[in-house]
Amino acid sequence: MSKQEPITPASDAIGRLVQEFSKLPGIGPKSAQRITFHLLRSPEEKANDLAEALVSLKQRVNLCSICCNVTETDPCPICRNSQRDISQVCIVEQPQDILALEHTGVYKGLYHVLHGAISPTEGVGADDIRTKELLARLQNHTVQEVILATNTNMEGEQTAMYLSRIITPLNIKVTRLARGLPFGTELEYADDVTLTRALEGRQEY
Amino acid sequence: MSDPREYQTEAVVIKKTKLGEADSILTLFTPRLGKIQGFAKSLRKPKSKMAGHLELLTHSTVSFSRGRGNIDTIVGAQTVNTFLPIKNDLWLTSCGLYVSELIHQFTAEHQANFGLFRLLVDTLDRLCRAENKELVLRCFELHMLESAGYRPQLRECVVCHKTLEQTNNYFSPAAGGMLCPNCSTSQPFAYTLSVNAQKVLRLLQGEDFSAATRVKVDTTLGREIENAIGGYLKYLLEKDIKSATWLDTLREQRLHFKQTP
Repeated sequence: MSKQEPITPASDAIGRLVQEFSKLPGIGPKSAQRITFHLLRSPEEKANDLAEALVSLKQRVNLCSICCNVTETDPCPICRNSQRDISQVCIVEQPQDILALEHTGVYKGLYHVLHGAISPTEGVGADDIRTKELLARLQNHTVQEVILATNTNMEGEQTAMYLSRIITPLNIKVTRLARGLPFGTELEYADDVTLTRALEGRQEY
Repeated sequence: MSDPREYQTEAVVIKKTKLGEADSILTLFTPRLGKIQGFAKSLRKPKSKMAGHLELLTHSTVSFSRGRGNIDTIVGAQTVNTFLPIKNDLWLTSCGLYVSELIHQFTAEHQANFGLFRLLVDTLDRLCRAENKELVLRCFELHMLESAGYRPQLRECVVCHKTLEQTNNYFSPAAGGMLCPNCSTSQPFAYTLSVNAQKVLRLLQGEDFSAATRVKVDTTLGREIENAIGGYLKYLLEKDIKSATWLDTLREQRLHFKQTP
């Protein structure tokens, strides 16, 4: 049987946009086609708005020179806010983690975004995430507590353990977000590691 | 008769890949099915009932439902052994990940190898308990090579087949073993191995693990042995072992020991 010829799009512009959309995470070729044809049928302003938003995303968004969070102003609004507690720095893997923590409204300190986690089997080491920026920041003696808020999977734990080992000698208190049972779960399904840590971290009630 | 729709197997999770918003593709090493992949839906959501049982380096009983595609779906998991000391220590986690990467690199999918599964579980257990973690890794490397069909010849010269004398001999990754001084020029890349390094390697290649890990090995000898096997592994894989680079980083920063609480 002869190899099937790929279906050529109706125009180069359509084909190019479909190709670009299908490079995005979670978007397959069919979804890419659907979005492209949706845009084709939409009024021109809508397409222009999208194009403008895309261009300004890359032009205006940079990293904060203090905490490495994504921001349009440098320093970012959190680092500039004089109401925040500068003695606490919460270390997260991704900028999205800050959104989740800020949503709680409980934490009033500063952040540091690593933009990744140590993953030895993927070849991601300590120098590939923003550890150098963190260590430089901790040299000025204003930070008294570092809160490790990396994910509780193997990469996050590995990163937290590594940072703890290199920050502790600087005489800064290192704490880790409590690891235990998430709200709304059933005890019988919990694994040994979670239950052990939940028991170790139990509090008077 | 067709295969049952659901099946269950013991497995150690050796690799995890993110898929979509909250799903994962897991690579598992099993005793009877070899290396297999499994699709775990919503594994990365906080309320996932399986997440803790399917973390890397966890020995679990895993239930699969056969799918129409190549990858079966994981429908349940229950921990057999979490190897908790490994999860709680930076150096041990790194050693465990190195072991899992080697297993992943040296095996093909669906090739059952019960001996290698046993070796993996035993090695993770030894990492939790044994004193000299480096020797546990060296012992694993040698036995894993044997299990994968690459056992290095350490007792006789691979060219002239004469028993090696107690002197500095040479190890050639390309020849798959030792060379006597007379034959050492026959291979382009062969490095010298001291008498002590040869003795420790032979001991580690043997069956008696407890005897092998009782040997006192200083840093220089340890590095010599590590470089010999490391060079052979790299030659066979034709690429670097990523987690070995991380182990080197930890050694350089003097973080290569278990943290005392």
